[in-house]
Amino acid sequence: MARTQVVYERSHGLKDVETHYCPGCHHGIIHKLIAEVLVEMDLLDKAVGISPVGCAVLAGDYLNCDFVEAAHGRAPAVATGVKRTHPDLLVFTYQGDGDLASIGAGEIVHATARGEQFTTIFINNAIYGMTGGQMAPTTLLGQKSTTSQSGREAARHGMPLRMSEMLSTQDGMAYCERVCVADMPNLHKAKKAIKKAFTLQMQGVGHTFVEFLSTCPTNWGMTPVDAGKWVKSDMNRYYPLGVFKDLTAKKEAAEE
Amino acid sequence: MKAKVTFNLDRCKGCGLCVSVCPKQILWLDETVTNVKGYHPSGISDQDKCIACGNCARICPDSVITVTKTKED
Amino acid sequence: MPKELWKGNEAIAEAAIRAGCRAYFGYPITPQNEIPEYMSRRMPEAGGVFVQAESEIAAINMVYGASAAGTLAMTSSSSPGISLKQEGISYLVGAELPAVILNMMRGGPGLGTIQPGQADYFQATRAPGHGDGRMVVLAPAGIQEAVDLMQDSFDLADRYRNPVMMLADGMIGQMMEPIEWKETEPRPPVEKPWAADGRDGDGKTHFVTSLRLQSEKNERFVQSLFEKYAAIERDEVRYEAVGCENADLLIAAFGTTARIALSAARRLEKEGVRAGLFRPITLWPFPSRALRELAGQKSVKAVMTVEMSMGQMVQDVRLALEGMKPVTFYGRTGGMVPEPAHIAEAAKKTLSEVK
Repeated sequence: MARTQVVYERSHGLKDVETHYCPGCHHGIIHKLIAEVLVEMDLLDKAVGISPVGCAVLAGDYLNCDFVEAAHGRAPAVATGVKRTHPDLLVFTYQGDGDLASIGAGEIVHATARGEQFTTIFINNAIYGMTGGQMAPTTLLGQKSTTSQSGREAARHGMPLRMSEMLSTQDGMAYCERVCVADMPNLHKAKKAIKKAFTLQMQGVGHTFVEFLSTCPTNWGMTPVDAGKWVKSDMNRYYPLGVFKDLTAKKEAAEE
Repeated sequence: MKAKVTFNLDRCKGCGLCVSVCPKQILWLDETVTNVKGYHPSGISDQDKCIACGNCARICPDSVITVTKTKED
Repeated sequence: MPKELWKGNEAIAEAAIRAGCRAYFGYPITPQNEIPEYMSRRMPEAGGVFVQAESEIAAINMVYGASAAGTLAMTSSSSPGISLKQEGISYLVGAELPAVILNMMRGGPGLGTIQPGQADYFQATRAPGHGDGRMVVLAPAGIQEAVDLMQDSFDLADRYRNPVMMLADGMIGQMMEPIEWKETEPRPPVEKPWAADGRDGDGKTHFVTSLRLQSEKNERFVQSLFEKYAAIERDEVRYEAVGCENADLLIAAFGTTARIALSAARRLEKEGVRAGLFRPITLWPFPSRALRELAGQKSVKAVMTVEMSMGQMVQDVRLALEGMKPVTFYGRTGGMVPEPAHIAEAAKKTLSEVK
């Protein structure tokens, strides 16, 4: 007698459609992790995602839950409107580095300061993808882009923003972790981080924030595999992976 | 235990991430084949060496890979 | 019902609550600060949501989010803050979301003054946001009317799934008048099967968006919006005409300016000049047909428009009349308020010039 077990198949947290993302783009992987977590937590019926302006503007066509498209940078405000009027929903934003760290810098600071009870998924690939490769607030020093053609210079362009570190200084931030999906161990950690963030949201702990160091093979001018390596070799040096805030950890420590 | 890896070839974008995470290094992009999108899709060179770890399926950004394992009782 | 003395801004906020508003997002800006202040106290009492947003931009996007999830929300601001909201208003139009936006106009341009103005007429009627789109614009002339129109604002927003603007000049927000709270039927709940408030039982998802990348699809969508707007133009026009029958001159004005113009008309009456007041209440849809009918009377020699601006509604007056009668303009701007005597002088000048 033979028993066949599925080790992995396409999650039904994703719609059965092709994505427009470039080959090897980490959006596809991260969408999948969110989809898997929503299925495992049985939240597909109660989830509302807020999509950005950026490559992931079409995320609502890919994830199998409700979505609201937000104006550029304003996802934290849109999420505030959704979650405050519908506190039972699982609300998450999905923003790129232009959306969150440039035009939306004000909104994310205030949403985290207010401890808004939604989850931010921040996709940091250090460049503007959709519009063709311009410099992002998170572009690294020396990194070339179409608007920093000889490479980012501190004097001319300022230094890159470390959003997880900055936002974690606020009391309203309950849980903040920086992760990546550049290899399998990190992919598993990243999925756990999403699950923790969503779990804490349903417990009403405060704002939860997961920053993904992510790739843009097309605009970095690298193969997808090399792009994943660059996340670990270069991005990771300026943006360390790890937990920057965890109010529940303090609580657990206090209880021991 | 018999592992089986199948690919939705038409949706593969030939990104190569699956190839990079296979612990047995039995995945490859066949450059003699192009799919309907014009990419060289991924394929498995030696199904018998597969340990059904699922890495390839988990990292595939387009969810084109299904991994199953069959146990003889 | 007995009359109560209320400050405009507070009455408007209370009227919104009584109309069933249970979500308000706003930001302080003179001359409407009393609205967020009043809402901060009253909205939690009514079991609703109040957030003082970090900016007017954040506020309109909070309104957008609440509305997308099925809760009709309101925001208020004044001229410069409304400029900030224009992208958000365009998104509301493009996503077919109901919302109520109040503009308590001040003198501009730029930071301008905190005194009243009416120079946001173009913005409200021509460009609520970028792109093709319209929104119903209601212009009360006093606090009672603002209170009465608040109920209508929410009804119109839900009925047509479109933002609605109440366009008031700063005087209405700041002055105090005796008003009567009318007994109204509570607004019945509105079915919103399109709302992003969780999947339907059959797993169907809702995607609230204004993005339509395929141009053919986008064109069809905009055409469908304009079918909506045609219905609004047919069914929702409001105006008031005072003493226009057999008038020598029509004075077209809206908001507080109309009340001042009415005082001017009474002065003119004493001097044997019959001036009728034509007061649009919906600035969009503009009451063109009614204006044409009244202006078409043989007795009417001209139409003079009076505004607290350099002349914006006067263009709609000209468009409505299509050259049928001469149109003149008198106005004050930058925060200055016209006086009845000067309006009367301008009216007499108009009549002497058109002979």
